[in-house]
Amino acid sequence: MEHRSDADVDAIFHALADATRRDIIARVVEREHNVSALAQEYAMSFAAVQKHVAVLQRASLVSKERRGREQIVRAELATVRRARDLLDEWESLWRHRVAQIDDVLSTSPPSTPSHHTPSHHTPPKGPS
Amino acid sequence: MTVRDVIKDVEALTLTLTADFDAPVDRVWQVLADARQLERWWGPPEWPATFPRHDMVAGGQSRYVMTGPEGERMHGWWRVTAVEPPHRLAFEDGFADDNGEPVDDMPVIQCEITVRAGADGRTVLTSTSTFSSLEAFEELQAMGMEEGSRTAMSQIDAVLADGA
Repeated sequence: MEHRSDADVDAIFHALADATRRDIIARVVEREHNVSALAQEYAMSFAAVQKHVAVLQRASLVSKERRGREQIVRAELATVRRARDLLDEWESLWRHRVAQIDDVLSTSPPSTPSHHTPSHHTPPKGPS
Repeated sequence: MTVRDVIKDVEALTLTLTADFDAPVDRVWQVLADARQLERWWGPPEWPATFPRHDMVAGGQSRYVMTGPEGERMHGWWRVTAVEPPHRLAFEDGFADDNGEPVDDMPVIQCEITVRAGADGRTVLTSTSTFSSLEAFEELQAMGMEEGSRTAMSQIDAVLADGA
């Protein structure tokens, strides 16, 4: 989850402020790794490596996907950017829509609720 | 109207937007249930929509047409998956061919809208849109189906931002 805010930027800087995490990024940018294989590369516990991955995940720099019993870590820079573009566009659309809804609410009197057949070219509605 | 919250889950490809309105729940529900009101807000800027078919029952279908500034027409459809008046509507929103009929291999957006009473007689509406696949929607954009609406949307966005 993310709110688009300075907090995102903070999360990215925080994620990249650590040498191990930068190294993890460098490895997964090259190719995806499963978490266990990744953990073997470092002189620290599996749990500690998982924590580093979680920090990177929160900053949207990597993604983790369960594949069978394995957890695969991937760099998601490009994908994340593309996904964000798509969601940004949809945010604009929905901001427009709710503004329009507000117009409808403020300009039209409450319409008659049920048993009201709206207009000529509309088939009958279901029970409302 | 105030947009309370926008949450983007880039992994699940989900956008959740929450807004509240100065109107009772039943009144807000009507903008979904009544096709004549729905068509006043569904289309993107400069692409007004008409809903020649709208059936708000589970399994019910809607058909809509959006008309662009140059007279271009884009067809879409809804399939209602769940409806609990006046609080919840879940539907699939997809693309249709020039005859208005659903195209099977086009991407579909899962939509859910909830309407509930908020503080001070206001009503809180939450819209959740989930995209089936990033690639599919990017292909669509590459095909130019969003032509024109993009600029208009950013203009509207600027206007809205000023008013916020």
